[in-house]
Amino acid sequence: MSELGHEVLRLAGLRKSYNIGRPNAAEILHGLNLDIGRHDFAALIGPSGSGKSTLLNILGLLDKPSAGELYLLGQATSTMDDASRTALRGAAIGFVFQFHHLIQAFNTLENVLMPLMLAQGKPDAAMLERARALLAAVGLEKYEQAKPNQLSGGQQQRVAIARALITQPALLLADEPTGNLDTHTAAEVFELFRRFNREYGCAVLLVTHDPRLSVACDRTINLVDGLIVSDTPNSAQQ
Amino acid sequence: MSKQLRRLWTEWTIALKFLREGRAQTVMILIGVAVGVAVIVFVTALIQGLQSNLIERTLGTQAHIRLLPPDEVNLRLPAAQGTVQLVQEDKRVQRLRSINNWQQVAATLDQLPALTAVSPVVSGPAFARRGAALESVALVGVDLERYQQIIPLSTYLLEGQLRVGAGDAMIGKLLAENLGLRVGDKLRLETGQQSAAIVNIAAVFELGVRELDARYVYLDLKQAQSLLNLPGGITVLDLTVEEIFTAQAIAARIARLTGLKAESWMETNAQLMNGLTAQSMSTNIIVVFVALSVAFGIASVLSVSVVQRTREIGILRATGATRQQILRIFLLQGAVFGLLGSGIGIAASYALVWMFNNAGPGLFYIPISSTLILSSLLLATVTGVIAAAVPSRRAASLDPVEAIRYV
Repeated sequence: MSELGHEVLRLAGLRKSYNIGRPNAAEILHGLNLDIGRHDFAALIGPSGSGKSTLLNILGLLDKPSAGELYLLGQATSTMDDASRTALRGAAIGFVFQFHHLIQAFNTLENVLMPLMLAQGKPDAAMLERARALLAAVGLEKYEQAKPNQLSGGQQQRVAIARALITQPALLLADEPTGNLDTHTAAEVFELFRRFNREYGCAVLLVTHDPRLSVACDRTINLVDGLIVSDTPNSAQQ
Repeated sequence: MSKQLRRLWTEWTIALKFLREGRAQTVMILIGVAVGVAVIVFVTALIQGLQSNLIERTLGTQAHIRLLPPDEVNLRLPAAQGTVQLVQEDKRVQRLRSINNWQQVAATLDQLPALTAVSPVVSGPAFARRGAALESVALVGVDLERYQQIIPLSTYLLEGQLRVGAGDAMIGKLLAENLGLRVGDKLRLETGQQSAAIVNIAAVFELGVRELDARYVYLDLKQAQSLLNLPGGITVLDLTVEEIFTAQAIAARIARLTGLKAESWMETNAQLMNGLTAQSMSTNIIVVFVALSVAFGIASVLSVSVVQRTREIGILRATGATRQQILRIFLLQGAVFGLLGSGIGIAASYALVWMFNNAGPGLFYIPISSTLILSSLLLATVTGVIAAAVPSRRAASLDPVEAIRYV
């Protein structure tokens, strides 16, 4: 799936409205065009209510656009049924949310394996090995049997990152992943994104409020009131 | 397909983890299901035990099917075409008659695999006289060996020996009391046909049915034939069948086959059959309503669980679970409630039945059949899945975007 040129994601005239046909109808996204390439490391910034989360949910195939088209790995997604959308989402996209969102009933290792288990069933040796390697990469190899509530917020977020990467996605979507972490932990987590972008070659799109984070990315996309007002490379790396 | 099966492992694992995590809820609904299933199994087993006991007692002194000579009817010429015939007739007297050609009929019936025993009987009315006392009795001439397969007389024997040869008779307990008879005494039998006979009391039995114990006099086939003036003839063929509830159908078949009148025990005990049917119906109603309340219990627990797990459902959807997978995760939980709950319930009803059989009033014995156990396991599991359908569909249709934000 990942051998289709350099484009990971493309938006063409994407619109999103809520409550269509009702008096309180509102368009949140007004025809967006955007390209994200394979090694991109981009920040999506914008004030509250500008439509960042809505856009992210659509990019992650969790939500559907009202108009326009979203191409993921070259495939048009608007006509897909739930099963193919889920399959594509599972294979191509990793999610990291602001609130780590682990499943409490499962331990760390099982949480990391969840996307693979949902797609393929009982984990085999290769899957376990990959999960352990990812846990080691986020520095949690000692906590594989721990339940989420035994971990700190930063640790949980790192587990969530490992889970997002287990399927070797082409695109990693992160919704304020450091939003409720302290500065030090936030920097560590950000470094992880950097590293995975470099080492695994997956594109990263990071929604953030934090200007320090956005300038550390290679590219900044600014969304204001449902429109992309700027999309600039950050030339000066610190 | 194998991919589906491998995914089912994951769905099963998630379902079990969810159940284990919500332990208090799980335990409570399991108890609910178990109580329901225990009631269903115990009541069903109790009624089955009671019914088979009633039937056993009824059939202990009866043949399953009785074959009788056809009723005698008036013969008349058929009416000419196009005319209506109005007839006033007196019914023919039904005299004591033999079954025509009964040896051949009996030989044919012996070959029928559905029948387990065939016994020729000659029976008719008589008076038993001792001194000044007179009792009306029913003479029953039997071939003892064959008759024992129909009614196990040896189990009803009070005193004496089971024997009807040459001049020996066996009589019921009440008749013996009424006439002051004991084993070894003599008894005069009069039929009003021709000769009377004096018989020797060889045994006294108690069938447990007043009517029979006061009237039955068992004789040898030949002696009864001569007393009733039916030399070589018999009046009834008693039959038993393998499956008692097929008696009606088999009787109809034999009636067609032989041209004789066939009465099954189900016809002659219509009242009992009515009672049994009504009883089964009330049992079924109990089963249906208990199952219904179990189903609603499961459905309500799962509905709450879906709300509680909204966020986790959202996470699962975001990490690659399809709607179908979410649906199955909750259906499986319903199935587990049904299966596990009914397992516990069956164990509990086993204990109840054991107590009834060993420490209860001792009225009758309750067997628990494996069919009952398997069918209640199956019924409860299917009920669990059906009950889970509504909450599962709700879980599957949750919008992942909203579900994930749900706190």
